[in-house]
Amino acid sequence: MEFGYTIWIALIPFLAFLITGLAGHRMKPMVSGLIGTVGIGIATLLSYVAAHQYFFGVGKVDGVYQKIIGYKMEWLRFSETLAIDMGVLLDPISVMMLVVITTVSLMVHIYSLGYMAGEKGFARFYAFLGLFSFSMLGLVVATNIFQMYIFWELVGVSSYLLIGFYYNKPSAVAASKKAFIVTRFADFGFLVGILLLSYITGTFDFVLLTDPEGAAITQGSGIAFMGLSVMTWSLILVFMGGAGKSAMFPLHIWLPDAMEGPTPVSALIHAATMVVAGVFLVARLFPVFALSAPAGLEIVAIMGAFTSLFAAVIACTQNDIKRILAYSTMSQIGYMMLALGVSGYGGADGLGYMASMFHLFTHAMFKALLFLGAGAIIHAVHSNFISDMGGLRKYMPVTHITFLIACLAIAGIPPFAGFFSKDEILVAAYQNHMLYFLVEYIVAGLTAFYMFRLYYGVFWGKEKTYEHAPHEAPASMTIPLIILAIGSATTGFIPFQKLVTSDGMAFDIHFHWNIALPSIGIAIAGILLATAFYRKGSDMPDKIAAGLGGLYRAAYRKFYIDEVYQFITKKIIFNLISRPIAWFDRQIVDGSMNGIAYITNMVSAGMKDLQSGQLQQYAFVLVSGVLILVLSLVYLMNN
Amino acid sequence: MMEQALFYLFSAIILGFAIMVVTTRRILRAAIYLLFVLGATAAIYFMLHYNFLAAVQITVYAGGIVVLIIFSILLTSKMEERLEVPALRKMLFSGIVCAGGAFLCLHTILTYSFNPVVETTKPSDVKLIGEQMLNYGANGYVLPFEVISVLLLAAMVGAIIIAKKGKPQNP
Amino acid sequence: MSIPFTHFLVLSTLLFFIGIYGFLTRKNLITMLMSAELILNAVNINFVVFNKYLYPDQLHGHFFTLFIIGIAAAEAAVAIAIIINLYRNFSTMDVEEIDQLKH
Repeated sequence: MEFGYTIWIALIPFLAFLITGLAGHRMKPMVSGLIGTVGIGIATLLSYVAAHQYFFGVGKVDGVYQKIIGYKMEWLRFSETLAIDMGVLLDPISVMMLVVITTVSLMVHIYSLGYMAGEKGFARFYAFLGLFSFSMLGLVVATNIFQMYIFWELVGVSSYLLIGFYYNKPSAVAASKKAFIVTRFADFGFLVGILLLSYITGTFDFVLLTDPEGAAITQGSGIAFMGLSVMTWSLILVFMGGAGKSAMFPLHIWLPDAMEGPTPVSALIHAATMVVAGVFLVARLFPVFALSAPAGLEIVAIMGAFTSLFAAVIACTQNDIKRILAYSTMSQIGYMMLALGVSGYGGADGLGYMASMFHLFTHAMFKALLFLGAGAIIHAVHSNFISDMGGLRKYMPVTHITFLIACLAIAGIPPFAGFFSKDEILVAAYQNHMLYFLVEYIVAGLTAFYMFRLYYGVFWGKEKTYEHAPHEAPASMTIPLIILAIGSATTGFIPFQKLVTSDGMAFDIHFHWNIALPSIGIAIAGILLATAFYRKGSDMPDKIAAGLGGLYRAAYRKFYIDEVYQFITKKIIFNLISRPIAWFDRQIVDGSMNGIAYITNMVSAGMKDLQSGQLQQYAFVLVSGVLILVLSLVYLMNN
Repeated sequence: MMEQALFYLFSAIILGFAIMVVTTRRILRAAIYLLFVLGATAAIYFMLHYNFLAAVQITVYAGGIVVLIIFSILLTSKMEERLEVPALRKMLFSGIVCAGGAFLCLHTILTYSFNPVVETTKPSDVKLIGEQMLNYGANGYVLPFEVISVLLLAAMVGAIIIAKKGKPQNP
Repeated sequence: MSIPFTHFLVLSTLLFFIGIYGFLTRKNLITMLMSAELILNAVNINFVVFNKYLYPDQLHGHFFTLFIIGIAAAEAAVAIAIIINLYRNFSTMDVEEIDQLKH
């Protein structure tokens, strides 16, 4: 088993989690941090080895990348035919995800050595990071949908733990609960979808499930329910789980609040890895989507397009640096979803699939970089708000340059990574439907605008008076920034169409100047607009905001989605469903329990007096009891 | 005739003094009445020609136990003290239970037809008793004898331990 | 032997229940002990009489009585030790005040 060692990629972070989690309070904080960092470092090396071996070695057979089971063990056997395995499945996307996750995770581990230094619960932080890395790695290498679901939930738990890391801060606690409940709600759909899907196809296994010629795909498309096949319904439910994790509208509300967690966590979980789990899920089941449920893909595309536009608009109005990045993340994930949604299966038809994975990869680089840079800024300024920042380029040169690279990358300026992947997405959208293309085109402009609004607001603009003069972050924080900046600048040249495709076969892409040039154009337009508005500071933005009036306020208030949820939960669900249930629970269920307890109490209070400690009373009862027994015996024998 | 008269006399003594034991308000007198009851019981054993048993009854009961009781009375009670009369309710209920039990037993005894063997065949001299007591064959009582000797030893040790003044645990 | 057999039994029965009555009503621990002696005595009479009238060729009842006397002696010794110890701790001989048995 030549890929047997891949199991250790997931297990080493788990071991680090166990060590730092169980013994962390006994070590010096830095020791536990180093254990976690070394652990993830080894895992990173292993995943690079695995990626090299897979992509340039044994992975390719007859020009097609195979699905390889690196490791497999039977975990639960329910019956003759139904068993759940745990294992490692290697195919282009999972190997790519291994690289992404371990790289970003390693960067975050190193970065946190500086960022979290001196924090209470340093060892706990590293333990949770280890748990998260383990869960996420286990998720991407899952051999079957059930293993994926298990790790999916583990990821949710570790995300919950990390968002609520500052557990004595009420807003962090509320945010962690919100994240957990919203994603849990979505996961309910996922679970039902899994059950339905496996019921139709009779298998949990991804290899069988996604085999385009396999029996699994052809089954179930015949049975119809409300106009769509049962297969489509099950995939829509599965997508609901993915939408919850990937913060697709309307299940996105947890992601901005999740920024209450430590910033490295936001970089790792809520930008680069966990939130793309939904994209990964759809990509993993892509053959099923593409071949037997095109309607499901349509929904994926619509949700993706809408979310990307929606989030980009909100991002333009926000003032909290991390929230801007959070909405930007949502917007970019919307891109990926859209690309998957418009993609076809096989060969050059699978352009969207390739573009989505490509963008996932590059986005992980520059978004992690943006978040880590934001962390360095927050670390220096002790504030999350742009209004408290300005003119920082003089104080923090490294952060400034790397942040600028990331902004250029996300805005889609060549030769940075984002340009290439975004361009492929735009091409894929263009080939599918004009509307999608237009939406994404506008979003590209908006992205450039809000990113440079952030950039100028932080590094240029009017210099604020700071309590302490801001200073550059320590080396442990700047080194990851530089590494990720190199990644953001160069990963665009990776030939993804040769490596990660929907059916494993390489294809050629043609460079579409007619799309690339306008997209560069709108990005530059956005940047110029932001430059005009924010570089020196001007009153134009306020005037425009005032001119837009209600629209601006709505966007600033995030289109009142939170309020809608509040209304639905508080007014409708609480009043109409929870109240009666609570009443039933209190009055009937508790009431009967209380009644039983009351009766028991009374009986025992009565019985208590029987045990008086009076010896003669006991003797009396004994004698009279004997008498009664004898009398009743005599009576019985006489009859 | 003489024998019958003596039996009823002793029976009357036993019952009469027994009642006084459980009712008198002077505790030392109760002990003395108990002595009379035990003595009269010994007399009944004599009448049944169990001479050894009667002797044991007198020595152990009258000489041992009653003396022990008198000692403890003297240790714990004041002479001029009168025992309380028990609550009427308690007396009533206890009386009912005891009367009921007595009635039940008497009813059973008087209606059951025993067939007693009247003639005495075996004399109960001390030699026979001693031999049988230490005999380990059939009808031998050596095992209970030994058990009871150990029991007595244990009781003696136990009594000493219990009655001994314990060391003050917390000064 | 002209005394009817059942008269002995009546005697022992009455003595037994007198003892029980005393045990149930007397409040002083020592008098309760005396009542217990009465009960034992009644049992002894029963054993002896049964032996004499029903199995005169054996001595089982006789031996039982002997052993009961022995056990009664042991019981009295232990009981009095306990009573004295109680008196030391509670300064009372009243059984109704010594009700720690419920704890």
